[in-house]
Amino acid sequence: MNSETPLIRKSLESLINEGKSTIKTDIRDDIVSSIYAASKSLCKEAVSYQKGKANRSDALDAIFTSRILGFPIMLLMLGVVFYITIAGANVPSSMIAEGFGWAEGKLTAGFQAIHAPEWLHGILILGLFRGTGWVISVMLPPMAIFFPIFALLENYGYLPRVAFNMDRLFKRTGGHGKQSLTMAMGFGCNAAAIMSTRIIESPRERMLAILTNNFVPCNGRWPTLILLASLFMTAGFAGAAGTLATAGILMGFVLFGIVVTLTVSWVLSKTALKGVPSHYTLELPPFRRPKIINTIVRASIDKAWNVLKRAVIVAAPASIITWILANVFIGDTSILMYFINFLDPFGKALGMDGFIMAAFILGLPANEIVVPILIMAYLSQGAMLEIEDLGKLKQVFIDHGWTWLTALNMMLFSLLHYPCGTTLFNIYKETKSKKWTFMSFAIPTVIAIGVTFLTATVARLFGWV
Amino acid sequence: MHLSKVLKPLSDCSTGELFVIQELKLEGVMRRRLLDLGFVKGAEVSVLQRSPLGDPTAFRVSDTTVALRHEESSKILGEVLGGA
Amino acid sequence: MNVKKIALAGNPNTGKSTLFNTLTGLKQHTGNWPGKTVVHAEGNVQYQGQEYLLIDLPGTYSLFSNSTDEEVARDYIVFEQPDATLVVVDGTSMERNLNLALQVLEMTDKVIICINLIDEAEKKGIVIDEGKLSSKLGVPVVKISARNKQGIDTLLDTIARLLRGDIQTKPYRMTYQPEIEEQIKKLESRVRELIGHDYPSRWMALRLLDGDDALLKKLHEQIQMKGREVKSYEFGNAINS
Repeated sequence: MNSETPLIRKSLESLINEGKSTIKTDIRDDIVSSIYAASKSLCKEAVSYQKGKANRSDALDAIFTSRILGFPIMLLMLGVVFYITIAGANVPSSMIAEGFGWAEGKLTAGFQAIHAPEWLHGILILGLFRGTGWVISVMLPPMAIFFPIFALLENYGYLPRVAFNMDRLFKRTGGHGKQSLTMAMGFGCNAAAIMSTRIIESPRERMLAILTNNFVPCNGRWPTLILLASLFMTAGFAGAAGTLATAGILMGFVLFGIVVTLTVSWVLSKTALKGVPSHYTLELPPFRRPKIINTIVRASIDKAWNVLKRAVIVAAPASIITWILANVFIGDTSILMYFINFLDPFGKALGMDGFIMAAFILGLPANEIVVPILIMAYLSQGAMLEIEDLGKLKQVFIDHGWTWLTALNMMLFSLLHYPCGTTLFNIYKETKSKKWTFMSFAIPTVIAIGVTFLTATVARLFGWV
Repeated sequence: MHLSKVLKPLSDCSTGELFVIQELKLEGVMRRRLLDLGFVKGAEVSVLQRSPLGDPTAFRVSDTTVALRHEESSKILGEVLGGA
Repeated sequence: MNVKKIALAGNPNTGKSTLFNTLTGLKQHTGNWPGKTVVHAEGNVQYQGQEYLLIDLPGTYSLFSNSTDEEVARDYIVFEQPDATLVVVDGTSMERNLNLALQVLEMTDKVIICINLIDEAEKKGIVIDEGKLSSKLGVPVVKISARNKQGIDTLLDTIARLLRGDIQTKPYRMTYQPEIEEQIKKLESRVRELIGHDYPSRWMALRLLDGDDALLKKLHEQIQMKGREVKSYEFGNAINS
């Protein structure tokens, strides 16, 4: 369209070639050295150093990255963050749940007062309202605690030290130390963590981080893990000891997830993502006391609020669909039950059942709705009862033939299975590759099926269940 | 009198030592990145701390702390000025 | 009203984002740079009746386009030509940070150097003579502490005065080895013939000498777009009206 441009291009090209040919070697060194020299001489004139306080960061680094204390401190920090999140979320969670329960009662009364049809009450209250209410009450408090703590650690400067401590492990498996930071982000939200892999510059290492991020349980899966652990594994402990035991079990799952991450990274870097570990530089900025209020407000708005919004947007239609599937009957069996019965043999082989499988499949849009769907499915079969305490919930599970193995395998499946819809969407946006998006679905799914099949088979073989 | 010394890789320095860069035996992006971070000829680098697993190592260069793996620090050559 | 564009450049970990947050509050828009997986954040500030749009460029150690971040930051400064570029430097590591500032000064003359973390620097016994630095660099230098909201008014005032033309800048000019300087001189006049005064020709010449192919492509795109802009101007107006 512009006849001049090819000409310009040609001239530019000839200029660049001229530039290249006249300069014999790489002149970048000379350029950078000159700039550094200029910077140095400017500093000499305008910056003077008096005796100030000793470098506090170095002293702190001597502790945080120490050979003996580095790893224990890291694990302790992780444990403390989990403990604060779980313990701190308990009370507000049940308060919000109670609030929703109260509102549900009022709404139901209102529906009865205007003689609304049964199905409308079912879809709107038992489906939509209950489903989203569950998601908000189980997700909001832990996220409102986790994301700000994470942001505080980030702003304080601790997170780069984690990458420093962990680098060798990741290098051995072909990855980058910064992968540990994207994993840490994954504890909050895998979809957000996929975006955060941008901090890894090399495409190969970044892909490893993307493909394995899902093995870190996100906030949508925490409630599942916490719930099942406290119902089936730490029920014998009371009060603070129970919380501590739950946090301990959670740590165990997290460590297992990390082992899987490293193993999968290693296998991939030997096969599909072969290559030498690329260049590595990591700046360790000085420790800085973060602006606490600011950080909390910003983290709550940027992360917690957005993730919650997304969860509700996804949970609302999924709750409605599940209710409809559970309440539309062909003959005397609901559509959901056909689906569940179809999946049942497969679920049983993995130590679970068709209900759980159906919940995971219907829960693809967001992990946080897996348990609500499961409860809805269990309850739609028998008597409709209100779940106002966990004891009753456990009874519902046990009535459907649950054992410790069911709980364990559902936890394992939750930890290892495919990423949620939003995460997959983000993976596609970041990699722009259908193949790798599919791989990020397939790898975890195969592992989740393999591991749960193995535990179920072993447990049955030895007659443990 | 100045005796010409054999250049030593930065990775061979122990914690607390002060090192002056003479040569970078790296090419491409990594070389440019190191230059940007201040690992230029004549720059002083002090060895701060090794990671708990032995690698990478944190260095202080142009008033900032930067961690490098052995792969890179072994290709930065220079002389030890002093230190512990 | 005419919104003025202000770009924020700087090393990672200099508190650039803190400054951005302090200035814009919660009125921010984030997204991606077109076609890139690099976060783009912008936000508005009002000062003395003037509206400013702040663009938070990716934090980089240099602007030689070693990475996508660097390319994005550099392209914005050179091709989008903001009304002013704030270079946020870390007061506790001036030497490395000025390195980036000097690179920006080669690309544009509407620059303000903003020395952040000044409280931390003072604690460490680092004394910075901003008057001297300013006269050496030929652009305004402002000391601030973004986290303590120190010096923010002075900074905004300096931006306003620079954009009104009350402050004339005379950016520090890097001098390279004689051999490189000679080549720059040869190339520069020819570069100017080709691209006119729209772009920093001396800097372009230097980049060409450094064999920056990506820049060539980008420059070519820009020139093409400008040509198209002129031709499609009326068409564009027709759509807008």
